Amino acid sequence: MTDTELLEKTTAKAWPDRLYAQLRAGGVTHTSYVPDAGHARLIDLLRSDSEVTATVLTTEEEGVALAAGAWLGGVRSVILLQSSGVGNCINMLSLPVIARFPLLMLVTMRGEWGEFNPWQVPMGQATEDALRSIGVRVFRAETAEELLAIVPAALVEAFDADQQIAILIGQRVMGEKKW
Amino acid sequence: MVSPLDRRAVVAELLRDRGDLLVVTGLGSASYDVHAAGDDPRNYYLWGAMGSAALVGLGLAQVQPDRRVLVITGDGEQLMGLGGLATIAIARPENLSIVVIDNGHFGETGMQTSHTGFGLRLHEVASACGFPRVDHAVTMDDVAALRDLLHAPQTGPHLAVVSVKAENLPRSLPPRDAIHIKNRFRATLGLATA
Repeated sequence: MTDTELLEKTTAKAWPDRLYAQLRAGGVTHTSYVPDAGHARLIDLLRSDSEVTATVLTTEEEGVALAAGAWLGGVRSVILLQSSGVGNCINMLSLPVIARFPLLMLVTMRGEWGEFNPWQVPMGQATEDALRSIGVRVFRAETAEELLAIVPAALVEAFDADQQIAILIGQRVMGEKKW
Repeated sequence: MVSPLDRRAVVAELLRDRGDLLVVTGLGSASYDVHAAGDDPRNYYLWGAMGSAALVGLGLAQVQPDRRVLVITGDGEQLMGLGGLATIAIARPENLSIVVIDNGHFGETGMQTSHTGFGLRLHEVASACGFPRVDHAVTMDDVAALRDLLHAPQTGPHLAVVSVKAENLPRSLPPRDAIHIKNRFRATLGLATA
């Protein structure tokens, strides 16, 4: 294995730890989530951080409202969800769009790469268009390196420029879901 | 049971001598009621995003633990956010109170009977979710006790249903500019507004 290959392999495995460090460096102290295998490590890291308030949701749109409330009170919140949950959020996204609340959603993709479950495909394929249609800007990461390049820029745009942003984390970043 | 309570009088009593209460209102009549009691920069009025009021209140309560946060909303709005009661019960914010002004109807859309009008009891839903305290207010004395609870030591999350008369009162419209409302609210907390 070359050094480059080794670095790529390490990044592929360690991206949730690096993503966590980026979020904390960006001032994030509040998060909410609907559990997802792709976010499992990041959820663990955020939950075990005593300076972060982490809230489990029953459905993803709750996180959109929660993040707005956190910003009213002066705190930066990120929402962790799976692409299937984006569809649940559409009307609730009126709130950050019309009130210009900072919004940063980290969306792990399903239904697009090595997907074994056809039920994930319709919403997975509609995720990007659905977000854009309600007025949320979309960044896509197909590799862990891309993701780690996008996150610091997205943190600035969301919380300093009051933008509504979703980062779609391609299914290739997580690899196939093992069944 | 048909309640005789006037929702405007109920909300005015809840907000009497409000101190430093932070208030989030659900869309529709709850927003008009709070506005009619006196506009205040510490109010965040929702005009949409139905089902969000209690969750906006949760986020605010979590990050402002030394302030009391009151959500005032209607039965229809809270019914749309029913799962949020589970989320709030688990998050357990001691400083959050939710008051549901329950007229048993979808008042904004033609007064169709709502789930509570058909018998659903939202305070019992909240209790089953694990809210440490719930109340059902049916008299103005009950409402006065609720008002005092908002200023007593924190024991929340707390949800109270107030049964009120089903009627469409003259609208008292808060500003519709959501960015303006957000910025003036944040300014009261000393936060940046640009």
